[in-house]
Parts: sequence; structure tokens; C-alpha cells
Amino acid sequence: MSQHIHDPQCEKLLGSLSDYIDGELQAELCSLIERHLQQCDNCRIVVNTLRKTVELYRETSEPSDLPGSVRERLFLKLDLDEYLKKV
Amino acid sequence: MSETEKPLSLEALKAGDREAFAQMVDQTSGHIYHVALQILGDEQDAEDVLQETYLKALRSLPTFEGRSSLMTWLYRIAVNEALMAVRRRKPQALSVEEPDPDLDGESESQAMEIVDFCCLPEGELLSAESRRALDQAVQHLPASLRVVFVMRDLEGLSIQDTAEALGLSENNVKTRLLRARLRLRQELSVYFGGRLKEEVHR
Repeated sequence: MSQHIHDPQCEKLLGSLSDYIDGELQAELCSLIERHLQQCDNCRIVVNTLRKTVELYRETSEPSDLPGSVRERLFLKLDLDEYLKKV
Repeated sequence: MSETEKPLSLEALKAGDREAFAQMVDQTSGHIYHVALQILGDEQDAEDVLQETYLKALRSLPTFEGRSSLMTWLYRIAVNEALMAVRRRKPQALSVEEPDPDLDGESESQAMEIVDFCCLPEGELLSAESRRALDQAVQHLPASLRVVFVMRDLEGLSIQDTAEALGLSENNVKTRLLRARLRLRQELSVYFGGRLKEEVHR
């Protein structure tokens, strides 16, 4: 495990990384980042693991239905018990 | 809200139609509960926020002006309720609108762990233990960063919708999102770095 202290070039790119991994960065800045990544192993790992981090969370985060008992208590609290089965 | 569901009638909701309200609850509550659970990390607290959100919505619907979508409006109520719950737990915690000392003067370029954990097998990255580590890492974020990450990356809202739901500027959302993601990356690098070492020694 190593620690990466950024040089000024890396630091400038860091602020755009979220946009970069979301594919929302202007083409010009993208190619600047990509040129830098070819030369800087540490930044490449940071970008790849940042992208992987977001992917892992997106993959494991399925918004699910409300657990049945939670729904039931919610409907009771809202005086909607008559609609518990209907809706 | 899924697009295949029967569209909600705002008119009926505003007029106090109970059936329409029950329909809205069924179409939206999975998302609201998910957000509350991710922000609070506790099922009971999340359920309290869920109930409070719809009680508030029920009271406020007659004056709902429709400037944002119904879903965004509900998200906003829920996030505010969740942040109040965070503050009750930890009196020094800050609201999402207040300046956050965690953000001021913080540079993204702190020393970073460089561990290429992308090469770990998917089964390892998504194991039950890894999922717990992922959840814990979210809970370690300051609330002001956590809400932004939850809305954008866990709920999948756009930057614009996240900004609207949280009452923040888009630039502010982007700054917080980057910081949240970098902190999570850092924590996961330490966690998976440990797993990589175990693999080597095996």
C-alpha cells in the first residue's frame, strides 16, 4: 500500500474527477485528463478505484419495496388502513 | 415512481382524496424509506422519518405549489426530517444549508491510499462482509456529504434534481459529491487493501 501526495498537475485534475467518471466533462478537459493518466500510475489507480467505488454502490443499492410490516404501520399512522389491501 | 404506474392526480391529492394519497404513498414510500435508511443507517429511525414525512406531506399538500415535482418535494421533506434526526442524535451535527467546517478549507488532495482494488474478484467485492463495509463507510461521512451522495449515487438522481431536493446550488452539490466519493474511495482502499494482503498471504 502506498500513499500518493499529489503534484500540482494531479491536483488540478482532481477537481474534475466526478464529472469525468460521470462522462459529463467537456471533451477538451477529458483528453487532458487522459493524457495525464497515461503518464501517472497513481492517478490512474485513483481514477479507476473512484469509478469502481461509485459502481459498487450503484450495484448494491436497489431501492426496494417497503417491508410489509413497515407499510402496515405507516398506513395505520396515516389513518389509511382501509386502503391497506385495496391499493 | 415507476412510469408504468397509474399517474397520480395532483388535483385529487390537493383536495384531500384519501385513496389518491394512499396511492401516492405506495408509489413513493420505497424511495423515501431507502433514503432515510441510507442517511440514518438505522431501521427504526428510518421508519420514524418515513412516517413523519407523510404526516407532513398530508398537512402541506393543500398548499403544495407544484414548483418542483411531487417526488422532489417528498425527498426534500424526508431529507430535512432525517437531518433533524441526525442532529437529535448528535447535537453538533449541521444542517445541509449551513456552512460546514468539514468543507471549508479542506483540500481534496490529502495523501491518498493507492491500492488497485479493482482487480479483486466481483464475489469478493460484493460479499456480505464487503457490503457491510460499504454501508459503514457511508455512515462515516459527515451528514452534509452523506445526503448528497445518497441522493445522487444511491437514489440515482441527476445533479439538478439532487440540488433541488436539497436546496443547494448545483456547484455545491458537485463539490460535496466529489468529496464524498473521494472519502469513500479512501475508506474502501484501506478496507480492500487489507483483503488484498490476505489474498497474497493465503
